Amino acid sequence: MDTDHLAARLRSEIGADAVLTDRQQLRTYECDGLAHYKVMPAIVVLPHTTDEVAAVVRACVDAKVPYVARGSGTGLSGGALPHADGVLIVTSQMRAIKEVDPPNQRAVVEPGAINLQVTNAATPYGYYYAPDPSSQQICSIGGNVAENSGGAHCLKYGFTTNHVLGVELVAPDGDVVRLGGKAPDPPGYDLLGAFVGSEGTLGIATEATLRLTRTPEAVRTLLAAFSSTDNAGGAVSAIIGAGVIPAAIEMMDALAIEAAEAAVHCDYPHDAGAVLIVELDGPAVEVDAQFTAVEAHCRANGAFEIRVATDDIERALFWKGRKSAFAAVGRISPDYIVQDGVIPRTALPDVLRRIAELSGSSGVRVANVFHAGDGNLHPLVLFDEAVPGQADAAEAVSGAILDLCIEFGGSITGEHGVGMDKAKYMPRMFTDDDLDTMQLLRCAFDPEHLSNPGKIFPTPRLCGEVPGRRKGVHLLQESGMADIF
Amino acid sequence: MTSDAILDDLRKVCDDAARPADDTDMVADLPARYVASPATTEQVAGVLRLATEHDLRVVARGARTKLDWGAAPTGVDLVLDTTRISGVVEHAAGDLVVVVRAGTPVETLQATLADSGQQLALDVAQDAATVGGAVATNTSGPRRMLYGTLRDLLIGITFVRADGVVAKAGGKVVKNVAGYDFGKLLIGSYGTLGVVTQAAFRLHPLPLASRVLSAEVGEAEEAGRMAAEMVGSQVVPSAVEVDQPADGPVTVAVLIEGTEDGVSGRAAVTAQLLGTGVADGQPPPWFGRYPFESSAEVGLKLTTEIAGLPKLLTAVRHAADRHGVPIGVRGSATGVLYAALLASTEPAAVAAVVEDLRAAAGSYAGSVVVLTAPAAVRDALDMWGQVPGLDLMRRLKDQLDPDHRLAPGRFVGGI
Repeated sequence: MDTDHLAARLRSEIGADAVLTDRQQLRTYECDGLAHYKVMPAIVVLPHTTDEVAAVVRACVDAKVPYVARGSGTGLSGGALPHADGVLIVTSQMRAIKEVDPPNQRAVVEPGAINLQVTNAATPYGYYYAPDPSSQQICSIGGNVAENSGGAHCLKYGFTTNHVLGVELVAPDGDVVRLGGKAPDPPGYDLLGAFVGSEGTLGIATEATLRLTRTPEAVRTLLAAFSSTDNAGGAVSAIIGAGVIPAAIEMMDALAIEAAEAAVHCDYPHDAGAVLIVELDGPAVEVDAQFTAVEAHCRANGAFEIRVATDDIERALFWKGRKSAFAAVGRISPDYIVQDGVIPRTALPDVLRRIAELSGSSGVRVANVFHAGDGNLHPLVLFDEAVPGQADAAEAVSGAILDLCIEFGGSITGEHGVGMDKAKYMPRMFTDDDLDTMQLLRCAFDPEHLSNPGKIFPTPRLCGEVPGRRKGVHLLQESGMADIF
Repeated sequence: MTSDAILDDLRKVCDDAARPADDTDMVADLPARYVASPATTEQVAGVLRLATEHDLRVVARGARTKLDWGAAPTGVDLVLDTTRISGVVEHAAGDLVVVVRAGTPVETLQATLADSGQQLALDVAQDAATVGGAVATNTSGPRRMLYGTLRDLLIGITFVRADGVVAKAGGKVVKNVAGYDFGKLLIGSYGTLGVVTQAAFRLHPLPLASRVLSAEVGEAEEAGRMAAEMVGSQVVPSAVEVDQPADGPVTVAVLIEGTEDGVSGRAAVTAQLLGTGVADGQPPPWFGRYPFESSAEVGLKLTTEIAGLPKLLTAVRHAADRHGVPIGVRGSATGVLYAALLASTEPAAVAAVVEDLRAAAGSYAGSVVVLTAPAAVRDALDMWGQVPGLDLMRRLKDQLDPDHRLAPGRFVGGI
């Protein structure tokens, strides 16, 4: 690729200040939140408008150069990992919250807008933006849209896909397309539904119309300590089985609690084998009735201490331990892998036992933090890079945990995405025909495979080819645009 | 005879459940040649491979409650009846998840789930409607306000492509971002992208208590104000529905679900917001029902942003007055309304009304789709209207069904 030629065109289209080619500056962008994958992009652009994003994409298409969109770079699957010969399109200059529209319960924002700032902008009107990934203080809405981000409260309120009503996007051919908007049920295929969670492979969102949710009248939060994860899991099943859908049910095991204590001094009950955080929200009368039931289920399943947050400060302290858990593990281990898998909630005790066995037989420590209500596990696999063999052993345990998730009928990712990291696991969950069919959608949007190539799918599909077995080396592979995993 | 050979082949793949089509198998007044009733996903695949081999145009049908919805196909050779692909595959009650075959009536599914105190939180206006048909037409009802629509409930899907390849997406866990969300593409695709054979849904507990409060409110503006107050209140209603008959006052009805104590407290707040003359008890007879009865009538679906509701209701009144056509309209305060015009309405008058309403809905970010209409009306207008993103939709159709074998012409832009 002629980088100089492309960079010159990009400078003339969107301004010299918005185009970076200096290696020191590029280094900032060589990885996302999954920092052990690093690739230096050829060019980084910082567009300010939809038209500028479209101009960049058209320039890439003309030059047949791959491009990758990036928001705040907090993703945990390498979804925003740059392409070595490609352009990285960073949305950090497009951060405006364009409109907060309480009567229609919508907000319209640019892709670089920060998740929590949407809530902050809506709070004065009695509304908030429900999806709350743990990184919500810094992660961008564009990244949330790409990854279909979840969060602790999606048990009751759903994921990003349930809260994005419209997007303006730059399609991989450079066309600007609007899908959906403030009104429900737009006619036609739900391309918006497919676009959300497509990890940047179907184009770049340049604006999103979001659902705002009414701030609940009442919120009540309790922290319950159990001697074991089995007991805590029993309480979760009892609560859900009684017909209560809390806003959130989070669980941490002893090792995760130890890490959180070391990092943020959250002062969880001592000697707990597991803690649950259960949060209920909604109309005050409903919350009161359900809260009593939740407490009873916790006690019936062996909770030896229950704390109830009396105010927002105490509630924040409960959550502090949980929300800081990933980073906190750094206090008890030099290196760690954050895994993200899903199992049916009822399989929780079996799967935790199997994880403990894996840990015991391999000598690799695993701390468990999870969204217990929806069976979304975040095992933290601990290792020391400096000790030969530990990284490989940790990687093996991490992969075995995904196999467990699949064995129990779950998924290889609940909210972090497939990205670069898990493309190789996709064939364990889906057949060749499933993956081939998904790529037909890719072909409809991006037949040239320029928009975030190499993510999600282990093997790219050449668009237009007759479905069936491929023979020989794939053209994209041959040209160096894609790898076979 | 060629057609007999095709029929023989269809019988072979469907345990003999194939026959020549008759008058009862017409699709939007178009006669078909064959009806095949496969019982499994594999049999559907076999049927579609045969359709490819013999170049047959295929329309899938469930209970036929909405077979006349959408534009008329350009032609139909084979009706693929899904009603034998029936039954619950797996109900994981502890996980609040069900996997069900597409030909299962929604009512049957709900009865099964109710035994465990659970439900698929989806309102289906016509009792016989199948799961697959509901998915294909993106059916929703009053409780979409609290629970969302099928796009919020469907977590996994199995379908057969036009070329007979079986594909699945999603899974049977609520939280899952592995791979493209193909389920969303199939919801509301009117059978033009593939034949859905199985679906997995997230479930909700049946509420312990529920109540409907309704009040006559006079005009649309007042109804809109009340609906907005309810939607913005802390009552968290499961549904707020508005009914504006062709003549007569507008009624607002509010559904509240929850615990016994919770519901009675919230009902008291609701009664205050609705003002005097509140009826408290069973849902009114129109609640959750389409205002149109059969395919002889004209049925419209109108959408608007939430705050546009009273203006769109008023626009319906104005269009009715201006063109001398009685129009009843009802629907959800989320911004989804259904309207009915009498069977006897002149096609030109229907077209004029639709044009007016499209202009009005467009001012509030919405759209107007003609769901069903007599043949003469279908010929007089574009049932789907202008659709943004049509170019991408055509490209998707071309990828999945390059020969346009599945319900050709039924969907937006002639897809």
